[in-house]
Amino acid sequence: MLIQILLSLFILFAVLKISGRFRAKEVTAGPLFFWLVFWLAVGVVVWQPNLSTEVANRLGVGRGSDLVLYVAVAVLFYMIFRLTVRLEKIEKNITKVVREVAINKESL
Amino acid sequence: MLKLFVIIPAYNEEKTIAPVVRGVFASNPDAQVVVVDDGSSDKTARLAKESGAVVLQHVINRGQGAALQTGNTYALRAGADVIVHFDADGQFEPREISKLVEPITRAEAEVALGSRFLKNNAIPLSKKYLILPLARLVNFIFTGLWLSDAHNGFRAMTGRAAGLIKINQDRMAHNSEIVRQIKEKKLSFVEAPVTVHYHRYGQGVSGGFKIIKDLLFGKFVC
Repeated sequence: MLIQILLSLFILFAVLKISGRFRAKEVTAGPLFFWLVFWLAVGVVVWQPNLSTEVANRLGVGRGSDLVLYVAVAVLFYMIFRLTVRLEKIEKNITKVVREVAINKESL
Repeated sequence: MLKLFVIIPAYNEEKTIAPVVRGVFASNPDAQVVVVDDGSSDKTARLAKESGAVVLQHVINRGQGAALQTGNTYALRAGADVIVHFDADGQFEPREISKLVEPITRAEAEVALGSRFLKNNAIPLSKKYLILPLARLVNFIFTGLWLSDAHNGFRAMTGRAAGLIKINQDRMAHNSEIVRQIKEKKLSFVEAPVTVHYHRYGQGVSGGFKIIKDLLFGKFVC
């Protein structure tokens, strides 16, 4: 099916990107491993949809694609939460730096 | 003699900052006036300096709460005995600073909060009967203190109190945050009537929602 080919091309693209980052030493071995396993899993689900359906059925979900969607939404929401907290922390740190610069500049 | 610091956070206030600083000096000649220029793009910093104030400049805009904390930190390092928070837009009366400082120097309280309701002020009606009562309620929910005025930027405190109060809310929710910390740190406080001149309407309803959002979020982050 066309969607399988398109997704496979995207997976190939993502794998090439991440390994390129690894070779450029922008990414360490840990994340490289994680992403390779992740994209491998995506590849398996793309070419063996029945496999994911089997797993889904065991968990009480009707279709494999539904399970993938549920998990993806949950993970995304959690990541947004973490990012927001992180962002707020960065904001507070920026304020601290701006404050110290302001005070130090005056007392020079 | 007591070291009095008047902190004035200012963001693009070139129209009012000079008369405000001069007004504060006129009625409080011994005060140290500290203008915290919160990343203004206009002439606020220069005009404040020319009027005789110490000017602390935020390189980028960080919000009023952040500016007040910068002023507090600076004043405490300079050995302040009493710190006053004042507005840059001319809505408060400089000669009323002494009214807030007095209960502190007489050791009646560690914090004195200005209140526009203990006095007959010309407050826009929708603000008086709709926004401000709601703000009082929100304030009570978050701080546990019923005050006659929810958000008033005019206040005085001892150096000790200023050292205990840590303003984490960079934007406008710092008012409620300060009140909450007064309760948490068990600081004694009084409310004193102050005059408020309404040149502009203020934050309106959307600003109020932003404050509630900041307060809710602050509960998770801090």
